[in-house]
Amino acid sequence: MLDALKKLFGSSAPSGRSSDVAAQRLKFVLLNDRANVSPEIMERIKNDIIHVIARYMDIDTQAMEIRLENDANSVALVANIPVSSMKGHGVKLKKR
Amino acid sequence: MSEVIVITSGKGGVGKTTTTANLGVGLAMQGKKVALVDTDTGLRNLDLLLGLERRIVYTLVDVVQKRVGYGQALVRHKKYENLLLLPTSQVADKTAIEPEQMLELTQVMRNEFDYILVDCPAGIEQGFQTAIIGADRAIVVTMPEVAAVRDADKIIGRLQAENKDSHLVVNRIRPQMVKDGTMLDMTSINDILSIPCIGQVPDDEKVVDSANRGIPVVEWDDSVAGQAYRNIVRRICGEDVPFQTFETDGWFTRLRKKLFSHH
Ligand SMILES: Nc1ncnc2c1ncn2[C@@H]1O[C@H](COP(=O)(O)OP(=O)(O)OP(=O)(O)O)[C@@H](O)[C@H]1O
Ligand SMILES: [Mg+2]
Repeated sequence: MLDALKKLFGSSAPSGRSSDVAAQRLKFVLLNDRANVSPEIMERIKNDIIHVIARYMDIDTQAMEIRLENDANSVALVANIPVSSMKGHGVKLKKR
Repeated sequence: MSEVIVITSGKGGVGKTTTTANLGVGLAMQGKKVALVDTDTGLRNLDLLLGLERRIVYTLVDVVQKRVGYGQALVRHKKYENLLLLPTSQVADKTAIEPEQMLELTQVMRNEFDYILVDCPAGIEQGFQTAIIGADRAIVVTMPEVAAVRDADKIIGRLQAENKDSHLVVNRIRPQMVKDGTMLDMTSINDILSIPCIGQVPDDEKVVDSANRGIPVVEWDDSVAGQAYRNIVRRICGEDVPFQTFETDGWFTRLRKKLFSHH
């Protein structure tokens, strides 16, 4: 009965709030669009990271690499920064 | 103090020119001295929406190529004499105007106007660069549709890179669809995009009627879109105006639509 009524009045589109679906899809697509950062910006991020980390440890800036990785629903900034030695000026690093 | 505001969107056909015409007339109704600059060279429409298409003698292209001064190309509005249109050429293309020429022109025009509104073409190519270069701030027009919101985000990125203060207008909202959950509303679009909203304009048949006549709806008391544009005008002038809630269809209209729609 309900189905018959639905058929009479409803459409063939899937049910559920498509506005919520739109919002979800947009959030993801924009995350990806925005993550397509230009090489110049990546270079600037890299330099800023070097700048901060160099205060605490010596790092191999030649071998370091950073990149953005996306999977199905997230984007991550992945950095691989080889440390050559720690600096000893009063900075205590927690041992795990 | 004078302000140059570019009306832009990324995606085509979302209502940039309609917004420019309405905000221009609305600001003029407030007594401001306003210039509207059409930068959609080759596809000009602002003149039509303002009912000024038969008064054009010179264009923006003549001005930047120094054939005439901008004063000679300005077309005065028939009803509001403090509103002037600088039309563009319908035959030239977007490469006819270099961004630097536009920057120079807006700098000079600032001395004479309270507000200069620049109607931007769709896209992100040279026409976009030309339109935004002289602007202090931008109004990004979008529609409650996924493609329009995505394109708006791209434009917002560009505007932020150029340090332009940007505000969002969500155009063509259909309140009943929002209520039914089949259309994005202003709040959720605002959540997704990173700039504040300065207005939401409902979808209104009167917009088409007004375009036919060359009289923007902002002048019409009985138009819901007109009311929305008047609110945006007041917000541009610095007033704090609360956002409207739109009326949805009554049960009778809804039933009629269901019965007579063909899916
Ligand atoms: N609030 C509204 N209600 C109903 N129709 C509207 C509304 N806003 C715009 N329109 C209609 O949408 C169409 C496109 O509007 P408009 O020309 O202003 O868009 P545009 O962004 O300037 O397009 P283009 O990218 O081609 O320059 C027009 O037919 C206009 O009448
Ligand atoms: Mg247009």
